[in-house]
Amino acid sequence: MSRIELKNIDKFFGDNHVLRNLNLVIEDGDFMTLLGPSGCGKTTLLRVVAGLEKPQNGTMTIDGVEIINAADALFVEPSKRDLNLVFQSYALWPHMTAYNNVAFGLKIKKIPAAKIEEMVMKSLRLMRIDELKDRYPNELSGGQQQRVAIARAIASEPKLILLDEPLSNLDAKLRIDMRAELKRLHREIGATIIYVTHDQIEALTMSTKIALFEEGCLAQVAPPMELYMNPIDLVAADFIGNPRINFLKGTASYSNEKLHVKINIGEYDFDKEDMTEEPIPEGEFPCVVGLRPEQVYIHTEAVESSIPATIYAGQPAGSETLVTLTVGGQEFLAKEIGLKDYEMGQTVYLEIDPNKLNVYDEKSTRLIKLAV
Amino acid sequence: MANKIKHPLTGKRLKNLILGVVSNPFNMVVFISLILLISLIIVPLFTMLRETVTLAASELRRVDGEIGDFTLYYWKYVFASKLSSAVLWTPLRNSLLIGIFVTAISVPLGSILAWLVVRSDIPGKRLLSMLVIIPYMIPSWCKALSWLAMFRNSRSGHLGFFAGLGINIPDWLAYGPFAIISVMVLHYYAFAYIMVSGSLRSVNSELEEMGEIQGASKLQILKSITMPLVLPSILSAAIMTVSKSVGSYGVAANLGTRIGYFTLATKMKEFINVGPHAVGYVMSILLIVMATGTIFANRLFLGHRRSFETMGGKGTRHTPIPLGMSKYPLLIFIVVFLLVAMVMPLFVLLMETFQKSTGMGYSLDNLTLYNWIGRLEDATWQVDYPGIFRNPEFGRAVWNTLRLTVVASIITAFCGQLLGYISSRGRGKWYGSLTEQLVFIPYLMPGVAFSAIYFAMFAKPSLFGLIPSLYGTFTLIVLVSVVKHFPFASRAGTANMLQIGTELEEAADIAGASFWRRMIRIVIPLAKQGFISGFMLIFISIAKELDLIIIMMTPQTRTMSYLAFQYSRDAMPQMADAISVCVLVFILISYRIANHFGADIGKSWG
Repeated sequence: MSRIELKNIDKFFGDNHVLRNLNLVIEDGDFMTLLGPSGCGKTTLLRVVAGLEKPQNGTMTIDGVEIINAADALFVEPSKRDLNLVFQSYALWPHMTAYNNVAFGLKIKKIPAAKIEEMVMKSLRLMRIDELKDRYPNELSGGQQQRVAIARAIASEPKLILLDEPLSNLDAKLRIDMRAELKRLHREIGATIIYVTHDQIEALTMSTKIALFEEGCLAQVAPPMELYMNPIDLVAADFIGNPRINFLKGTASYSNEKLHVKINIGEYDFDKEDMTEEPIPEGEFPCVVGLRPEQVYIHTEAVESSIPATIYAGQPAGSETLVTLTVGGQEFLAKEIGLKDYEMGQTVYLEIDPNKLNVYDEKSTRLIKLAV
Repeated sequence: MANKIKHPLTGKRLKNLILGVVSNPFNMVVFISLILLISLIIVPLFTMLRETVTLAASELRRVDGEIGDFTLYYWKYVFASKLSSAVLWTPLRNSLLIGIFVTAISVPLGSILAWLVVRSDIPGKRLLSMLVIIPYMIPSWCKALSWLAMFRNSRSGHLGFFAGLGINIPDWLAYGPFAIISVMVLHYYAFAYIMVSGSLRSVNSELEEMGEIQGASKLQILKSITMPLVLPSILSAAIMTVSKSVGSYGVAANLGTRIGYFTLATKMKEFINVGPHAVGYVMSILLIVMATGTIFANRLFLGHRRSFETMGGKGTRHTPIPLGMSKYPLLIFIVVFLLVAMVMPLFVLLMETFQKSTGMGYSLDNLTLYNWIGRLEDATWQVDYPGIFRNPEFGRAVWNTLRLTVVASIITAFCGQLLGYISSRGRGKWYGSLTEQLVFIPYLMPGVAFSAIYFAMFAKPSLFGLIPSLYGTFTLIVLVSVVKHFPFASRAGTANMLQIGTELEEAADIAGASFWRRMIRIVIPLAKQGFISGFMLIFISIAKELDLIIIMMTPQTRTMSYLAFQYSRDAMPQMADAISVCVLVFILISYRIANHFGADIGKSWG
């Protein structure tokens, strides 16, 4: 159980400014995912928290205890931070059995042998690999190695568990299994977890909160669904969601507490209460409307306030169908559940809920109208 | 530096900074290693430099001044005196001549062999690729003795194989530049072979097949695809060969000095022996400058092109290129080459150890086991030495060789792993690159010049008498062998340590393991395999060594290699040959063991 507070963290590798004045609070019991494309600094932040990297600036506290204070050159040793780390490569010691890999840290802590046995077996059982305890890492499959690595991290019951892209070396099916496993583990052991990934599905499915990284800065910290519904700027919106969000360019103006938006597929008015606190430019200004592909409903017959569109191409994929559509020269993507078959050039009728649209100021790229 | 954040230096910060450095044993290990490296490499070098401008007692008669005065006498002696021609210019010309010819012949030879063995469909490739590198396992001074066994003429008092057949062997064939160049070619072609074949193996044959699809002929492919890709390694091989052959001592001494043919290395040794020492030091500096110069030229030329080697990547697929009609003639050429260059000389060398008189044929009445096990009192013909196994000198030499090889290679291998650990964990940090650079320095120096440095440093008490004179001691020979092999050992150690991911250590760090515990429980168990193979290669390299230790030899510390050299000069060819045979057997067995532990002779630098 622990609450972690990072303040003004700066980290340089040579001239490379990897973490830029970063502030983040991780609440007790959170499953916090650091999400971002590769090279954005998320692993570096994890290593700063673990104590494997020393930031040049900033402070960190765990439960109010100062762990890092760069100004005082105070860096508490990794082993004294009561945390454990699962590496992307797993970093299992190849010359030790699964059992000994898990027991190593406990032996160092001089825990009595009987107790060690109990703790090791408990965590191996929790990861459902207790029958594999006498195998060496090279006798285990990738998924099993992964479980040993996690068992090793949780054996000493640390307050904080750090996971660095742990699923990236697994195949697609195992990854889905392990996602469920990790979510369950978080619930069972109740520790705070910091999880690094570039895979948004992992982030969205497992976390209680996501910290979205953009080039060493935090773009947005929010619960997964909020992040998905209302990405804070165009870059974040573009990053989150698969297939990608549609961006429809248009113009907007704000008057009488109403935001009036004009795009190819229609004109919409939004109430002030659905808007963010971002400053709104004077008069008419260019905007970008974000439309999630699954928010587009396709009808073959016209319904009330529907928009006629032409099928450009359909991509049926079994469980879902992606459809590329054009309306007045604007091309965008829709996603339907199930198998649908459309003719190319066929006219269809779209139903779009304006409340689900995001509106961004094109110039500042910031979100000005929330999807609700 | 806009990016660096400056924090005011408070008392608390200072305390934490100091604690951070002192409480980490790794920092102490780095600190001590750097101090040792500096005192074992930089300090001796500067001591020698200082000696060359300091007046010594023996020159007092000729130079005004007192002992210890600054003087340019020795430099003038070498560069601008009546003796310059004999001391410097002639030996320098000889050295360069040898270096250029050896390179010009051995590099193309090795490259062609490499191409044939790696890329063509020549029959018996597996066997050939093994046989071709055997000459590299044989110490070059052994090859010099083989050459003498074949070509000695009446000048030596003992006839060689051909002279014994009644063929008149002129001096220029038996001794001097032709002989030296031939013997060195037979050594260094294998070096070029190893470098070029390694590079050829990394070229994916798909690159060549792509050329073929585009319609290029075999010759065009070789010229415009294969050659440019392996050219960097051929050039490297050439430059390394120049550098190594110019400074080589053993062969030149064995085949040159008896007719008064001196190279820079052999002339230098004369001065170290008889004085003035400082003249020898000046020449040794010249040798170092020449060797260093060529290697830096290598870096300069190849600096940006070296990237080719990695670009070839892990190409593992190899479709052999058909040689067609020329397949068998080429095979015959290689077989004949190996017979003439390797099998026959070694056979003659071995047979000499069973002959009463060399060059007198292999009839039964000339054959004897006396040279191996005979007692002086049982000899039935004119002979003044007992068989080698009855010779106490030989026994002492075996003991010295074993003791030196074992002690020095264990120390070297350990230091190598430690230095490798520092370099690998300090990648991109100042202490990592400093360690790498310091460790590389002995590699730039020819063995005989390197030992001259140690001779200069330790011939008399140094550090105000804190270190006694080590000259003539076993310690000094061990020391010089250890430090000279640092470059190879630490390169092997770095490669070994890079295989152990830092994450394995970080995981232990988080688990609470201290630095020493991480070493003992994680790093050492995982480094074992690489340690053993590195150790074996160092072991063999030290067992072969002659150039490096020849200056340090005294009757008490003679090794087998030195004794063979000595006997050969004292006109006792059978004894010298018998020792060579022993050394050869010892080395081949060691290679066999090394191979068992996964050591690759291609990685050895000897």
